Amino acid sequence: MSVLVGTDTRLVVSGITGREGTFHTLNNRDYGTNVVAGVTPGKGGQDVEGIPVFNTLHESVDKAGANTAMIFVPPRFAADSILEAEDAGIELIIAITEGIPAHEELRLYNHIKSRGTSRLIGPNCPGILSPGKANVGIIPASFFSEGQVGVVSRSGTLTYQIGNELAQKGFGNSSIVGIGGDPVPGSGFIDIIELFEADPQTELIVMSGEIGGDSEEQAAEYIRDHVTKPVVGYIAGFTAPPGKQMGHAGAIVSGSQGTAVAKAEAMEACGIRVGRTPTAVAEIVAEQLGA
Amino acid sequence: MDLLEYQGKELLARQGVPVPNGHAAKTVDEAVAAAEQIGYPCVVKAQVQIGGRGKAGGIKLANNVEEAREHSEAILGMDIRGLTVHEVWVEEASDIASEYYASIVFDRSAKAPLVLLSTKGGMDIEAVADEDPDAIARLHVDPLLGFQDFHGRRLAFDAGVDEDVVRPIGQMLAKLYGAFCDEEAMLIEVNPLIITTDRQVKALDAKVTLDNNALFRHPENAALSDPSNEDPQELMAKERDLTYVKLDGDIGILGNGAGLVMSTLDVVAQAGGSPANFLDAGGGSKAEAITAAVEVILSDPKVKAVLFNIFGGITRCDEVAKGLIEAFAQIKPTVPFVVRLDGTNDEAGRKLLADANLPNVHAEATMLAAAERVVELAK
Repeated sequence: MSVLVGTDTRLVVSGITGREGTFHTLNNRDYGTNVVAGVTPGKGGQDVEGIPVFNTLHESVDKAGANTAMIFVPPRFAADSILEAEDAGIELIIAITEGIPAHEELRLYNHIKSRGTSRLIGPNCPGILSPGKANVGIIPASFFSEGQVGVVSRSGTLTYQIGNELAQKGFGNSSIVGIGGDPVPGSGFIDIIELFEADPQTELIVMSGEIGGDSEEQAAEYIRDHVTKPVVGYIAGFTAPPGKQMGHAGAIVSGSQGTAVAKAEAMEACGIRVGRTPTAVAEIVAEQLGA
Repeated sequence: MDLLEYQGKELLARQGVPVPNGHAAKTVDEAVAAAEQIGYPCVVKAQVQIGGRGKAGGIKLANNVEEAREHSEAILGMDIRGLTVHEVWVEEASDIASEYYASIVFDRSAKAPLVLLSTKGGMDIEAVADEDPDAIARLHVDPLLGFQDFHGRRLAFDAGVDEDVVRPIGQMLAKLYGAFCDEEAMLIEVNPLIITTDRQVKALDAKVTLDNNALFRHPENAALSDPSNEDPQELMAKERDLTYVKLDGDIGILGNGAGLVMSTLDVVAQAGGSPANFLDAGGGSKAEAITAAVEVILSDPKVKAVLFNIFGGITRCDEVAKGLIEAFAQIKPTVPFVVRLDGTNDEAGRKLLADANLPNVHAEATMLAAAERVVELAK
């Protein structure tokens, strides 16, 4: 098993004909992902190395049976593409695009949640890799092998770093899920940790957070109350300068300054061991799994 | 992007929010002309993004043209907690009956805008929140529904505003919410929101933070700047579309992805080094962006060594290598570089660098080894 993407995935790529879209779509297909369609409005009827291109996401569902969409279009068109995928009934929407305006993300999140039929991962995320089964997104898959550690992270490249440190210690992954670092991610730590807790292949969960917001603190409490599997944490940004304050009101809302120290302490208070470097995370995982 | 008070007020005024009449000025003559046009008494206010302007002498009342000149001369060029005042805002003096507080916050945790209202304005709202949390009325607004009249009434009654201004306060909050959405703000804070002696509701101050990702839709906002708050390296990075934050140390850092760069800073610090900057070259950086980034990093004279920590996903390591080679051709750096390349096209990238045989460039296989090496080289 794995979470979210695997052998059942039937992928459609929105923005398949762009330079980056084509490059990463073909990388995903080479890895073994079942890429059934691409969408670029106005280019329906063409194909990208044998992958049929449609004008709309609805057609990709009707004619190619797509059940997962990867969004690879520029930021000013991405929210529309995500809404189209949701409207077409696609269950899992993975938005790689970086730079979608925050207010659009707010509408996306609330609309998708109110309809309750699709799950959005991202935006501004590296996608999901289930080693040995499927790769949807931009994670460099050759660094990872199949195994028992589930990874969920707010940062793309940091996810690769942690996965790589685990690999050097001989650990593979059930799935690696990048939830993205934007103000309003479609799915949060808790959503993914819930899936890992239920996934029989996953024996240990690594969650990698960073400064800002309070999603790590919320996840820590959820883990304390609902998760039986061991969880190892990481927080980036101990030496980062305090970001520009968002007025005084920001601090009132979160009730926390969102610093790395505050987050690490909140996690440790909930019984989660936190590694101070990616290397230390891998060492704690090795201890916990008795390798 | 954080706006200056007057930029925020002009934005709010454009959205129909009542603000006192005023003009921005960059010179004493402009400020005096503004005062003459507005009439007396008027207020000369230093435009810097920092609290405590009044205490520092950056806000003064002028009763006549002589005082307007005297205050403008004193305030323009003044240093307020490390920031030089380049602009003043001259506005009509207001007769204040009450000082309230209002704000609209992009609440990431609740995934909804949060509207706050309090009758205890004009002071440190964090202190009010600590000492008397019930004095702040709070309400989340469903972003798919928008701000309704009842939201305004509930907030006004909950906050306990004077009864005669319940409706005007509701209307004010609706306009602030409209501005928050239309201008795509992350924060709009009005402190104080005043009730004048003739019972007008006005925004006497404005703190506005805009979403950088939405600026492409708001060219008039994208053009705003704050000359008092721009470090030369940060300005240079902004022009080149790079995310750069200057720090105090001597090790230049370049990475891809904010999380990895932050983690790199942490690992360098743990290895005993002191980072000179945070620079996220971003996803999918092309060679030109890398060359530009090297230029920005080396423009800081304190930098004694540079660390490249790249784990390519959407970024291709061969592009990074090409950018570095081009930077060496153009800038001819004299400080050592430590380069760690992993991820998409890493072998091609490493081969390009090996073949180029750049002087004083050291390849390392892991992030930890690269951090240790660069700390040693910076000694």
